[in-house]
Amino acid sequence: MCGALTGDLTAATDAGNQAIIQGVVTRGGAPVQGYVRLLNADGEFVAEVPTSATGAFRFYAASGRWILRVLAPGGVTQDREVEANVGSVSRVDIELSAA
Amino acid sequence: MSRQDVLVDADWVEAHLDDPKVVIVEVDEDTSAYDKGHIRGAVKLDWKKDLQDPVRRDFVDKAGFERLMSERGIANDDTVVLYGGNNNWFAAYAYWYFKLYGHQNVKLLDGGRKKWELDSRELTQEVPTRPRTNYVAKDPDLSIRAFRDEVVNAIGKLNLVDVRSPDEFSGKLLAPAHLPQESAQRPGHVPTAKNIPWSKAANDDGTFKSDDELRRLYSEAGVDFSKDTIAYCRIGERSAHTWFVLHEILGLPNVKNYDGSWTEYGSLVGVPIEVGSGS
Repeated sequence: MCGALTGDLTAATDAGNQAIIQGVVTRGGAPVQGYVRLLNADGEFVAEVPTSATGAFRFYAASGRWILRVLAPGGVTQDREVEANVGSVSRVDIELSAA
Repeated sequence: MSRQDVLVDADWVEAHLDDPKVVIVEVDEDTSAYDKGHIRGAVKLDWKKDLQDPVRRDFVDKAGFERLMSERGIANDDTVVLYGGNNNWFAAYAYWYFKLYGHQNVKLLDGGRKKWELDSRELTQEVPTRPRTNYVAKDPDLSIRAFRDEVVNAIGKLNLVDVRSPDEFSGKLLAPAHLPQESAQRPGHVPTAKNIPWSKAANDDGTFKSDDELRRLYSEAGVDFSKDTIAYCRIGERSAHTWFVLHEILGLPNVKNYDGSWTEYGSLVGVPIEVGSGS
């Protein structure tokens, strides 16, 4: 449940009846070891996962608008909005500006 | 209890890494985090394998807890410092568990594993060996643990604090959004429960908010500090985090964690359930 994915995100993730939000966090093209928080449209915390060794993260959400917040070492944070839909995978790759 | 008695910061932990009477313990559900790197000298506890009964849905019993502590080399008079991922959810759960079995000196690392990592502090893969002890636990202190009938009887009488996210509380989601959506039979919450998500008690880096902020958070959300309180979530780990805030940091006297939580309550036949954002 701690939630770090163990491998890469496969292109063929079957969302089934889930509304999946997933992606990779990088900085200068290299994977970032950090955390991704999922906030609801009002900015309230919903969930958080550490990124995997490849910088990957995944959430099981519901249809609607969500906000992703990346926390990276060095006090770096970055927010991104995302629309999720049941039965599909919303892919959000996040490139952090160089430290 | 107050904040100074129950919380330590990362500098304190670094200063006590070689203190033989201080045992650092990482607690996680997914212990691969520990295997990849942990605070030097830390032993690991697996929330599921070590702390849960393998057959029944319950804790390991007193004898099992004694065996576990003895194997890990934790003595009755050691100061145990717990930390973990998920903003210390499982570390807070383990803290509650250590208190339930009567361990005197136990503390949480404020901010847990996340703050330690975001601060880029040292992690190691070296697994420590601690000599075996002969740990003796006390009988479980049920004044801090709630069971389902107490929750039903508390409706409209005691403070019920549902610490899940607003979408779980209203019934839109059945589980936290980083998990596949499978859980209790029915979504919703216990009628009259106040929805005060655990996350409101913590900063982004996982540290706890100040005493004043915490007191304001719960009183403004309708918690009556003169009444007894039961906290619950989905499986009792996030509500252990809130139990820690109310009972240990703020020092409220009668606070219980309902570890059966929504996966039990939402599957019970015939109990009252409310959906929506609450009354």
